[in-house]
Amino acid sequence: MTLSPLTRGILLGFTGMVLLLMYTPLLVVVINSFNPDPSMTWPPEGFTGEWWRKAYHSAGARDAVLTSVQVAIVSTLISLILGTLMAFALQRFDFFGKHSVNLLVILPIALPGIVTGIALNNAFRGIMGINLSIYTVIVAHATFCIVTVFNNVIARLRRMGGNFEEASADLGAGLWTTFRLVTFPQLRSALLAGGLLAFALSFDEIIVTTFTAGSGVTTLPIWILNNLFRPNQAPVVAVVAVVLILVSIIPIWIAQRIAGEAENIR
Amino acid sequence: MSSTPNPTLAAPSGAANRRFSSFLATRPRLRLALFLTAPLTWLVGVYIVALAALLVSALWTVDSFTGEINRSLTLDNLKEVVTDALYRTVTLRTLFVAAAVTVIDVALALPIAFFMAKVASPRLRRALVVAVLTPLWASYLVKAFAWRSLLSEGGLLDWILGPFGIHSPGYGLTAVIMTQAYIWLPYVILPIYAGMDRVPGSLLEAAGDLGAPSALTIRTVVLPLALPAVIAGTIFSFSLTMGDYITVNIVGGANQMLGNLVYTNVGAANNLPLAAAIALIPIVIMLGYLALVRRTGALDNL
Amino acid sequence: MKKAIQTRRLAGLAVAITSCLVLAACGSGSDDGSSTSAPDKLGKKEGQVSILAWPGYVEDGSNDPDADWVSDFEKQTGCKVTSKVYGTSDEAFNLAKSGDYDVIAASGDLTLRMIAAKQAAEVNTDLVPNYGAVFDFLKNQPWNTVDGKNYGVPHGYGANLLMYNADVVKPAPDSWNVVFDKGSAYKGKVTAYDSPIYIADAAMYLMATQPDLKITNPYALDQKQLDAAVKLLKEQRVNIGEYWSDYLKAAQAFKTGNTVVGTTWQVIANTIDKANIKVTVPKEGVTGWNDTWMISAKAKNPNCAYAWLNHIEDPKTNAQATEYFGESPNSQEACDYASEGFCETYHAGDKSYSDKIWYWRTPIAKCLDGRTDVKCTDYAEWTKAWTEIKG
Repeated sequence: MTLSPLTRGILLGFTGMVLLLMYTPLLVVVINSFNPDPSMTWPPEGFTGEWWRKAYHSAGARDAVLTSVQVAIVSTLISLILGTLMAFALQRFDFFGKHSVNLLVILPIALPGIVTGIALNNAFRGIMGINLSIYTVIVAHATFCIVTVFNNVIARLRRMGGNFEEASADLGAGLWTTFRLVTFPQLRSALLAGGLLAFALSFDEIIVTTFTAGSGVTTLPIWILNNLFRPNQAPVVAVVAVVLILVSIIPIWIAQRIAGEAENIR
Repeated sequence: MSSTPNPTLAAPSGAANRRFSSFLATRPRLRLALFLTAPLTWLVGVYIVALAALLVSALWTVDSFTGEINRSLTLDNLKEVVTDALYRTVTLRTLFVAAAVTVIDVALALPIAFFMAKVASPRLRRALVVAVLTPLWASYLVKAFAWRSLLSEGGLLDWILGPFGIHSPGYGLTAVIMTQAYIWLPYVILPIYAGMDRVPGSLLEAAGDLGAPSALTIRTVVLPLALPAVIAGTIFSFSLTMGDYITVNIVGGANQMLGNLVYTNVGAANNLPLAAAIALIPIVIMLGYLALVRRTGALDNL
Repeated sequence: MKKAIQTRRLAGLAVAITSCLVLAACGSGSDDGSSTSAPDKLGKKEGQVSILAWPGYVEDGSNDPDADWVSDFEKQTGCKVTSKVYGTSDEAFNLAKSGDYDVIAASGDLTLRMIAAKQAAEVNTDLVPNYGAVFDFLKNQPWNTVDGKNYGVPHGYGANLLMYNADVVKPAPDSWNVVFDKGSAYKGKVTAYDSPIYIADAAMYLMATQPDLKITNPYALDQKQLDAAVKLLKEQRVNIGEYWSDYLKAAQAFKTGNTVVGTTWQVIANTIDKANIKVTVPKEGVTGWNDTWMISAKAKNPNCAYAWLNHIEDPKTNAQATEYFGESPNSQEACDYASEGFCETYHAGDKSYSDKIWYWRTPIAKCLDGRTDVKCTDYAEWTKAWTEIKG
């Protein structure tokens, strides 16, 4: 299929326009982080570095980022393991109830966050009788993150087929060796993509987190919500958001490169 | 790729390990059990039990003053949710917003995803993926407040479009649709991009060689093959919009959505039973939607 | 095939439900039986205390380095503070019941519910030395004392004032009718507080404008009176641009002109700080909040809890905390520590001003105004009415 230069131009223009739309609100956030008006109204009344200074000294923001990173890393790891196991089970085997299991993986992300949130809150506190803590947040996050890993891995497994693994087994390699040397390298980029999305989902989740976080557990979105309610703290939140955007580009870029190279090799 | 296992690497695993391997190799059921046990226990033990308990609690009532739950079963909450006009109005409003957000997101995402997957050079493609992913990291709340600022009277939107006689729609349902469509757009672009990426280039070339104009190729080859991915994207935008109660608080004016009703009842009125009954509405809608799209294979594309 | 799958799924669900019923422990459990009598003396401090409060009440400097009245407390008492903030009284009630918190900062629409649900412990104010300095008109009030038993110590108080944009709203209003009967002049630009408790504002207005309804206390409404308030609020709903519950939202809307008239707090007016945005106390009076520090009946760290109560009642701490939030402090001594003009702006200690405020109370079936011939509407009915008003 060859597209006419005009069509290509239109597509490029459209993409550019939507990207512009996507970044305009972010630009507003950047501007607000320098806006002296604490309620961040437009147009800005001047220019100040005050909020950046405050954010730099804000231990609360730092702790919240740290908490969020911890939660996101652990729940991503759990979802990587569970999602991969699930993908293998569903792709390599045929069994009774397979479709229900498939639906089960999708359910936590397909049902609205508030449903998941109140259900888990009720289950933790009411049924299991455990106090909410950072661990309940991790369990909740891991539950809805499984699906992103699962889908990336199962898509890769489908394309891979089992030929290499059979060959490996025929040549006398054990299951673990085959996994380590044959299967895993082929899965690496899928795990990376799934893991990255899981991390992002967990990092920015607020609704389920609200219902599963214990006292003293402040993830970044909760910190942001709380600080939007504090006097004169809203612009500090804007600063934190700007920093996050800038910092996040690095891991995404690296992940893209690794994934890209894997694609090229294959 | 040379995938021959290196004997020197395989050796340390030892004879016992190898015996275990061949033991497993002849027992697929056992292997399946090993794969399935952990994730299934987790999902059923954590999620399904929680959902089931929530459904049961919809049949309970609550003492309004002391907040104690009365566990005798009654259909009152369900009856109220089904018959009360309030819930019908809010459900329809929520469905309308979720549908509008989904349509807008798909309309925006399709051309971009196609451009990324099939037109852009590898280098540009990588840059575009980064560009689409980056806004995900600017907290959802911050983005919603940025839209509040954009849409305000005399805000950036009025500033830019005012000279053309266009004014900000102000806070209300339109604002909610715009903001939600904005926030969830990356979640729709990514699966569609991945789906289009999976459409083999050779297929498109074949269609071109056979003389099909590119518009026809897109319509008859690309779109049908990418359809499951598109539907997967819609599950994200639809479900995320349906459960939201924060954006509508920030830019929705005086409107409330289903999420607000659930939140008010559980967080505010402390009436978990009624909240659970209301939560059944989005559960039923999503399960219906999943059942509808199940055949398209969309569930494999999330 | 598909049908079979669904049936199986249902069966699975049924199993889950049944096992849940057998366990008979689904839903939030409630263990009662903690004693509520106040201690006579304090014991050894536990080394930690968990606090549930409005945002800005428990600041340790981690959000704003200039706002810190927790670090000193931790150093002096050895009680490490963990805190959680809430957005509405209703949310707080839910959290408080979990028993995870030793101390709760509660507004008047929460205190009575806490006491009725046996979630609040009786407080021996003798163990809170700083209690002595507190304004007398805040002590032994119906929102902190029941049947002669004290359930907490005052924090601060404030009023839900009327704010208006003087460029648009002319002449300067002296009545709440600008947001009710005359609200249509500002259609789409009226705001109101987003909580069922706002029904009391409508009831207070009806007290003045429709005497034949015989409302004597806006928190004691029988069904007929509630219906009248709901009708008024539904008419108002047409003119509402947005409801607010956090003050960033309220401040932004008044500043940009999206909102020109409606309920506000003094602190919002201070944040906006523009000449054309004015606040006033309308002739019908105002509603307001009067917050109380309570100790949970399930407190695991009662000694540190008492230590916190005494710390937050300390005039200097109280001045810091109430000034940060934007409300009146609880004692004259606190004014000495507050910045110039603060206590005047917030009318601290002005009993006649305080008397004009109908402080938030929890509406209950037993009428708060003493009527015994009718049943009053309770908070659950108000909540339901509120969701219907918003529509």
